[in-house]
Formats: sequence, structure tokens, C-alpha cells
Amino acid sequence: MRFPLPWEVNMNKNNVIQAEGLTKMFGDFTAVNAITFEVKKGEIFGFLGANGAGKTTAMKMLIGISTPTSGTAKVAGFDVFTQAEDIKRNIGYMSQKFALYDDLTVKENITFFGGIYGLSRVRIKEKTKELIADLGLEEVANQLVGSLPLGWKQKLSFSVALIHEPKIVFLDEPTGGVDPITRRQFWEMIYRASHQGTTIFVTTHYMDEAEYCDRVSIMVNGKIEALNTPKKLKEQFGVQSMNDVFLKLARG
Amino acid sequence: MRKDYYKNLYSLFYSPYSFKIMRTILFIIQKEFKQIFRNKGMLPIIFVLPLLQLVILSNAATFEVKNIKFSYIDSNHSMSSRALIEKFQASTYFNVLTDFPSEVLASSAMLKGEVDVVLNIPAHFERDLQKEKKAKLGITINAIDGAAAGVTNVYISQIIQSYNKNIQTDLMQFSDMQIRPVNIETIPLFWYNETLNYKTFMVPGILVLLVTMITLFLSGMNIVREKEIGTLEQINVTPIKKSQFIIGKLFPFWAIGMGLLTIGLILARLIFDVPMVGSVILMYSYTSIFILVILGMGLFISNFTDTQQQAMFIAWFFVVIFILMSGLFTPIESMPKWAQNITEFNPIKYFVEVMRMVMLKGSGFMDILPQLIKTLIYAIIMNGLAVWSYKKTT
Repeated sequence: MRFPLPWEVNMNKNNVIQAEGLTKMFGDFTAVNAITFEVKKGEIFGFLGANGAGKTTAMKMLIGISTPTSGTAKVAGFDVFTQAEDIKRNIGYMSQKFALYDDLTVKENITFFGGIYGLSRVRIKEKTKELIADLGLEEVANQLVGSLPLGWKQKLSFSVALIHEPKIVFLDEPTGGVDPITRRQFWEMIYRASHQGTTIFVTTHYMDEAEYCDRVSIMVNGKIEALNTPKKLKEQFGVQSMNDVFLKLARG
Repeated sequence: MRKDYYKNLYSLFYSPYSFKIMRTILFIIQKEFKQIFRNKGMLPIIFVLPLLQLVILSNAATFEVKNIKFSYIDSNHSMSSRALIEKFQASTYFNVLTDFPSEVLASSAMLKGEVDVVLNIPAHFERDLQKEKKAKLGITINAIDGAAAGVTNVYISQIIQSYNKNIQTDLMQFSDMQIRPVNIETIPLFWYNETLNYKTFMVPGILVLLVTMITLFLSGMNIVREKEIGTLEQINVTPIKKSQFIIGKLFPFWAIGMGLLTIGLILARLIFDVPMVGSVILMYSYTSIFILVILGMGLFISNFTDTQQQAMFIAWFFVVIFILMSGLFTPIESMPKWAQNITEFNPIKYFVEVMRMVMLKGSGFMDILPQLIKTLIYAIIMNGLAVWSYKKTT
């Protein structure tokens, strides 16, 4: 096996994310140290790492809200340096922190985000109906989001992140603090989105969730130390579970 | 050719693109208004507190010196000395409190703050006045508040002079009818505020204060709040344009500012009977530009702060300087030259001037043009800075 040459990589239409030597420095501190990887269309890509390994920083560069210090990256075919706004049209993002408006109702949140993504009023109505039915939120559709339990909120933010049918959706620890049943349902939603052709880029601390991913990368101190399918990673490190892979790498 | 021109013009204003921009702004405005009117803690702060302030401050913030605590030492005990004291008793400015038997007691009362003024009538007051046609009086005024002491002094001299003049005319009639002294009296004419009503002067100024404070604090706090709760990041990953977001964010506060002006003007008329001599339309046009300055400033502050607390402190810092240097409470003319130069950069100064000019003097468009132009330039600069400093990508 040989590594593909850069022009061959760029020609590859199947890669929706393509990062090469992507680096972010804050003063002297290198938060993300020259990471190189690609994500294929329709893939569920797990982005693992201990707290402070640089996952969120890397993700922020890919979604166009943080300019890289050096390196190159293309997301959905657009350059992160020069075409950040085009990237934003093609991606969805769900942050670590719940980021819908607590003082708006479920419906109002959907309308607002649908509106700023440029959906028509008619389309927003359809989407709202569909989304509320899918999530089973009919009863609370007119309640303030702030009054909902965390699990419901997270499922709602995921659906809102998908409202404009993006090519890629970035999920930053989407299941943190959520109960196992909701976590299960959440992954069912991820699979459904993936089947419809959406690429999923997800960070997590749950190793059972890492097993659900098509491919997994593990970041340690700003560098990607391992990248493969969960099966191959386990073989490579000669262990039984992703948990052990992670422990081996993270402890160094 | 011509057809093309109209077609282009039409598409410029009604293209799906510009329509889309407008629509995005409308979605933001709709959301902001929902949040503002849903916030039960915020509504009274926006609408009730300012009006309470208007009513209370307009009545309390007066430079008229009244209820002066007056005392005297009468060592003369004559007709003349009693007549003089009666003059003070008759005045509405003075509360004649005590008659001190000695200077020692009087000064100790002054020290304790029980009296503001001590009038010392010497033993030979009546005799001196009748024989030498002049007499000396000792006056001690508490001058910790220099401005109030100055005003008190003027009141006292007026009373003594009017008393003295009466005595003189009495004496004149006695001696010689031929050489009647010529009294030159000045009759002041007070323009624009004939009755010298302090409220007429203060209400327009305090209205300025309210509109400014509320719009600055609300706009300054608003975007920082979204930063704190994390929703700003969610907005920043959407393809929304900076200008759309900012216009959508600021418009509701602009509308609230105009609403406050309206309520304030109505109250000024109903409660304080302040006239609206000039054009209401001119007043609104000027205010609509002025509020843009303040909103730009608020947004600029919120771009450079991370918490609502920081934003509040910075906004407060500017508001205090702007208000104290606006000519609202102290005349700019009496400030030192360097301070007067600084006030040129104070947008509130222009608003206070315009408000008083239009409401009380009936100034027209040409009269307020200098202020209008300066405010407009300020608005362009502040909003330019605000849009520039708002970064979707860090």
C-alpha cells in the first residue's frame, strides 16, 4: 500500500473532509499539531481523544469558526481559509454545550434556525411537522425548550443541525450526560442520517459508541495517533475492546 | 435600453437574493422580540423603571436652592433689625429657624449642620443706618456646596437690598422731596421658559438619559448573553451574513428606543406640561439616528467582552462620563477648555442640545443641522467599528 499523492487526494470526489498538516497554535501552545486525515462521503467518522487532546479545536477549524495557523483543509469541497462561509452552508453543527434558545419553544427554535439557513416558510412548516413527529415531541411542541429534559434537548439539537439537509454534520460529544436509552435512540438517529447519505463527524468519550463508527481516529496531545476501523485498531493493538485501545494510546 | 434599465432596477430591489437577505433579518427580529417580551424580568426594566426615573428625577434634579436653614443673631433688637428678619421670614427660600444669643452657639450649630446661614446684626445697626445711611451686617454661609452657597448669597443680597432701598426711600421723603433718587430697575425677560420652570429644562434632558441608558445597556448586554449561553457559536456556524445578524439584532432595540421616546414625550406633556414647540417629526428623525450611535456602541462593547458583567461595567463607565459631560446637569460653558473639547466627542451632548432646542425653542432643521451631521458621522463610525469587530471566525 502506498500513500496517495496530494493531487490524487484532491481529485477524490469521495472525500468530503480532507485535512493536511492542519495546525492551530494559541501563543506557544500547539492545540492541534499537524493532523492529516480524510473523511469519506456517507461515513460515520469517530473523533476520539482525552479531554484537552484538541478535538474541539480541530472541529472548530473544520466548521469555519476558527482559522487554522497552518496546514490545509477542505470541507465539502471548500477551503477552510478562504471559503468558510460556503462550508457553513453545507454543514450542520451540534456543540458540546446545548445551543438552542431555552426561552423559545420547540417550534420557534426550529423556525428560527430553518429561517436563518434560508428555508422557505412552507418548507419550514413541513420540516417542523416532520421533525416533531420523528422525535415524538407533539405534546411539548409549544413548550419552552428550557423546560425539556436533557435527552430530548439533545435529540432536538441534532435534528435542528440537520434541518437544512447538510452534507456533513459535526457532533461534539452529543451524548454527554444522557441516559443509556436516549443514547441508544440518539445513535439510531445518527444511523438514519448516515443512511440518507449524510456524513457524520462525531466526538465522544464513550468507547461503546466508538464501536458504532465506520472509522475512528484517536487524538493524543494534539496529534492523531491512530486512525482505522475499530476492528483493525483492536487487531493493531492486540486488545479486545476500543476501551483498551484508547487506554493504551492515551496513557502513551 | 430603457426597458433593460427598469428591469435591472427591479431586480436590484426585488431579486430573490435581496428578498432572502431581508427574510433572514426578519427571522432574527421576530426571535428577538419574542425573547424580549417573554422575559418577565426584563420588561419592567425596559419600560417601567425609565418612566419612574423620569417622574422622580425631573422633580428631584433641580438646581433651585430652597428651604435654606436660616438663623440670626440679633444684637440690636430694634424696629429695623426686626423688619429685616421679617423680610427673610417672608421669603419662600428661607426657613427661619433660630435666634442665637451668641456667635459661639451659632457657629457650633453651623458645625453640626443645623443651620446653613447665620445673619449677624450688630448692636448699632439701626443707629448706623439712620445716621450714616449705611450699616454693616455679618453673613456666614455654609459653602461646602459652592454652587448652592453662591445662589444663597444672591438671594440674601436681594433681600437685604430690597430692604435697604425701602429704608432709603423712607428717609428721602423725610429730608427733601426734590432730590428723589433715580431708581434703575432691570426687568428681565426670560425667553423660551418664561416662568423659569426648572422641570421644563430638565425633562427633555432626562428623557435623553433614559433613551440612551436603556438602549446602550440592552444592546451591550444582548450579544454577550448569546456568547455566554453558547448560542452565538451556533449562529456563527450558519451561513448568515454579519450585516444581517447585526441589523436583525439591533432593530428591536432601535424600536424600543423610539418607543421610550414616545412614552417619554407623552409623559412630559401630561405630567410636566413641557411644551413641544418644534417639530415632532424632526425630533424623531434626529433620535432615530442618535439611537444608531448608541446601538453601535453597545455592539462594539459586546464584541470585546466575554461576560455580561464586563459589558455592564464598560457601558456604565461610558454612560457616566457621557452624561456628566453632556451639559445635562452642569453647563458645558463653565467647564475648563480641555473638557469642553472632549465634549465635542460626546453624542449625548448633541442629543441634549437638540432635544432642548426643538422642544423648547422650536428650532428647525437648519438650526440642528450641525448636530445632525456630527451624530450621523458618529453613527457611521460606531456601526462600522461594530460590524468590523464582530468576527464569525476567530
